[in-house]
Amino acid sequence: MRQDLTQTIDRIMSAYPGAGRDALIPILQDTQEDIGYLPREAVVLIGEKLHLPVSKIFGVATFYNQFRFEPKGRFHIQVCRGTACHVKGSLKVLERIKRELGIESGRTTRDGLFSLEIVACIGACALAPVMSINGEVHGRLTTDDVVRLIKDCRKAAETGEAR
Amino acid sequence: MMPGLMDIKCCDKCWNSSSKVCPESVECIKEGPLCHEDKDCGNARLSRVNEFLREDVAAPVIFVGTGTCGIGAGAGKTVQAVKAWIAEKKINASVVEVGCVGACFLEPLMDVQLPGRPRLSFSEVTEKNAAKILDSVMAGTVPAGNLIGQYDSPSGKLQPWPGVAPISSHPFFAKQTRWVLRNCGLIDPTSLDEYLAHGGYRAYTKVLRSMTPAEVCDQMEKSGLRGRGGGGFPTGRKWKVALNSPSEQKYMICNADEGDPGAFMDRAVIEGDPHRVIEGIAIAAYAIGASQAYFYIRAEYPLAIQRLRTAIAQARERGLLGRNIFDSGADLDIKIKMGAGAFVCGEETALMNSIEGRRGMPRPRPPYPAVSGLFGKPSAINNVETLANVPDIIWNGADWFSSIGTEGSKGTKVFALSGKVSHTGLVEVAMGTSLQDIIMEIGGGVPDGKAFKAVQIGGPSGGCIPSQHLDLEIDYESLKKFGAMMGSGGLVVMDEANCMVDVARFFMDFIQRESCGKCIPCREGTRRMLEILDAITTGRRDEKGHQSLERFKGVINLEQLGTVIKKTSLCGLGQTAPNPVLSTLRWFRDEYEAHVYERKCPAKQCKSLLAFSIDHEKCVGCGLCTKACPSDAILGAKKSPHHIVPERCIGCGSCMEACPIGAVSAE
Repeated sequence: MRQDLTQTIDRIMSAYPGAGRDALIPILQDTQEDIGYLPREAVVLIGEKLHLPVSKIFGVATFYNQFRFEPKGRFHIQVCRGTACHVKGSLKVLERIKRELGIESGRTTRDGLFSLEIVACIGACALAPVMSINGEVHGRLTTDDVVRLIKDCRKAAETGEAR
Repeated sequence: MMPGLMDIKCCDKCWNSSSKVCPESVECIKEGPLCHEDKDCGNARLSRVNEFLREDVAAPVIFVGTGTCGIGAGAGKTVQAVKAWIAEKKINASVVEVGCVGACFLEPLMDVQLPGRPRLSFSEVTEKNAAKILDSVMAGTVPAGNLIGQYDSPSGKLQPWPGVAPISSHPFFAKQTRWVLRNCGLIDPTSLDEYLAHGGYRAYTKVLRSMTPAEVCDQMEKSGLRGRGGGGFPTGRKWKVALNSPSEQKYMICNADEGDPGAFMDRAVIEGDPHRVIEGIAIAAYAIGASQAYFYIRAEYPLAIQRLRTAIAQARERGLLGRNIFDSGADLDIKIKMGAGAFVCGEETALMNSIEGRRGMPRPRPPYPAVSGLFGKPSAINNVETLANVPDIIWNGADWFSSIGTEGSKGTKVFALSGKVSHTGLVEVAMGTSLQDIIMEIGGGVPDGKAFKAVQIGGPSGGCIPSQHLDLEIDYESLKKFGAMMGSGGLVVMDEANCMVDVARFFMDFIQRESCGKCIPCREGTRRMLEILDAITTGRRDEKGHQSLERFKGVINLEQLGTVIKKTSLCGLGQTAPNPVLSTLRWFRDEYEAHVYERKCPAKQCKSLLAFSIDHEKCVGCGLCTKACPSDAILGAKKSPHHIVPERCIGCGSCMEACPIGAVSAE
């Protein structure tokens, strides 16, 4: 594991020759893009390379909503809680998802299938309420749509097809 | 590399080549030839330009709007269906994916253009009806069902479709003044040549060739352009300060961290017309003497980032960016920095900290960024929409820009219209247009016959305008007078079913979570305000301990707390954080009072204050509510009326949603 991780981090860092502190956030973003979250070991490695204390890096990483410290589910659900979505009933949608999955936002289901995240605004306000599953935006949602979409994901996982 | 518009060579007198670029070559594309007089040469140039302007086409072209909103509405499948249709019919036709024209409520949008005919626009085109519409257009009849209208033919050469209304007469478009959005949804955002054909980059090369940085700043100041991202600071004056701060290194930054929930104009402009923003930032960089520019853009906008990357690469390849641009001696490189999901990074000094790889916390000022900003160097920072205005101001002149608008606010403003309004989408109007016109005329009013209640403007920093002030003419000053602000221009419409206390609580919850924690008024104050609002919207059944006493104390403090936060917070976001609460208190005090004194939510939104009951007369005993109830609070035998046990009810409202005959009511 450690060996793999070292290689991954080396590969990511090689895109930032002579990286200084200003490359920290892009490096963390690339790492998360690659691994799906920020494992502790990865943060330590990045700290060694950038000559930054691990505490500083965690200080930055925990500040921003984007960074996760837990693996993502196979289906990463992002629910928009922007203003337009709120007035169109996104809270109901969110609560239904939470109930359907049995997790709070920021967490991953035990079977590793779903992870849930609240985002401030996807920028598709005209389609409110919206959510995205693995980056694919679904708009004008009702609570029934949510149940159906989650069912579809479960089905896709069973048949082993990638969505 | 395919020869594009920048490779045009009309005759031997033109010495422009890819190895030695003529400084006038970009302006020459549309205006040319500039160095000699020859009608044939001019016509030769124009015929090349027309290929990309697409007023007329040689073979059918099908445009599909594939911005983020379009894709969310299913435009991806529409594109597939159109491509399948072309393959099946074996027609020589092309598909062009364009950005968002702004009419999000009509998406997915598809335009069809046949040779000799103006472009037709259709709404709600899915994979199911795409082929049918295309078949019918090809056969020469325009299907009425999904039709929006036809585009104008500027030269008048095209034969208009009979009986089809011009798109400019559609109520959504009729009262708009589209300057920033003029290309959005019409041109291919991945084609540099299409932007050039519409006059792109000629303002930039004109500036490089014939204007000093001070002249550029003067022209901006004269035009009266003010920042479109929030505060409304005069752009020209900001640039001037940065220009006059001596330093060998300066930075120009474009703020595309559109964190205000409910605003999406920056995303749409970048997705639909990325080169316009790049031209804007390039002119700005020249004006302040910066050789390095940054786009700070939200990671939540993957498509916009991709479009921006493509556009920057194209500009670099054609020498519009890089070293010694067009032999002017000016250098410019643009880097993209992705935001990492922090609302506070929309604040300029916090954004600079974020670019430097630190926590995105605002810095105290002075020193101002224009004196000591990014990496301690003089920096200017402008919003996407501000920069998108720049090329036209340079090309058409300051007087052209200031010819519309109000005394203190010139030009146009793009608003993102969303919420309880029929026509949701992006609307660009002249400053000084009334809210009535924007919401009722362009926006088509509130749907489902409900009554308009208020419009929230400016997001979490703004406030709401109630129905009695709908005639308000929007500009920076008028909004401030009413306790709101322009912000980035998100307009969220609310109807009678929305609770204003709930809306205020929503914003407070957002701000409290997004407060960076640096200064105490914002960190602690917003938290206290949220607690008070929570107490107001909590019913007896959810109260613990002395909460019912605390809530009265809280209400008394709410207004004062808000005023103190406004006066003492460090950054602009903190100073405006209490606005949503203060403005709803100002206009909707009665709603607050109903919550506090009567423990009732007039709009029936605050669930904790609602008591659910089942009408025994209506209930048929189907048992759906029992199944839906997460707390086993509903009892009743099959086929006989059911009953809700109030002590067990958690007030989630699931039964109300589940009931097929509407027997569940809330009081």
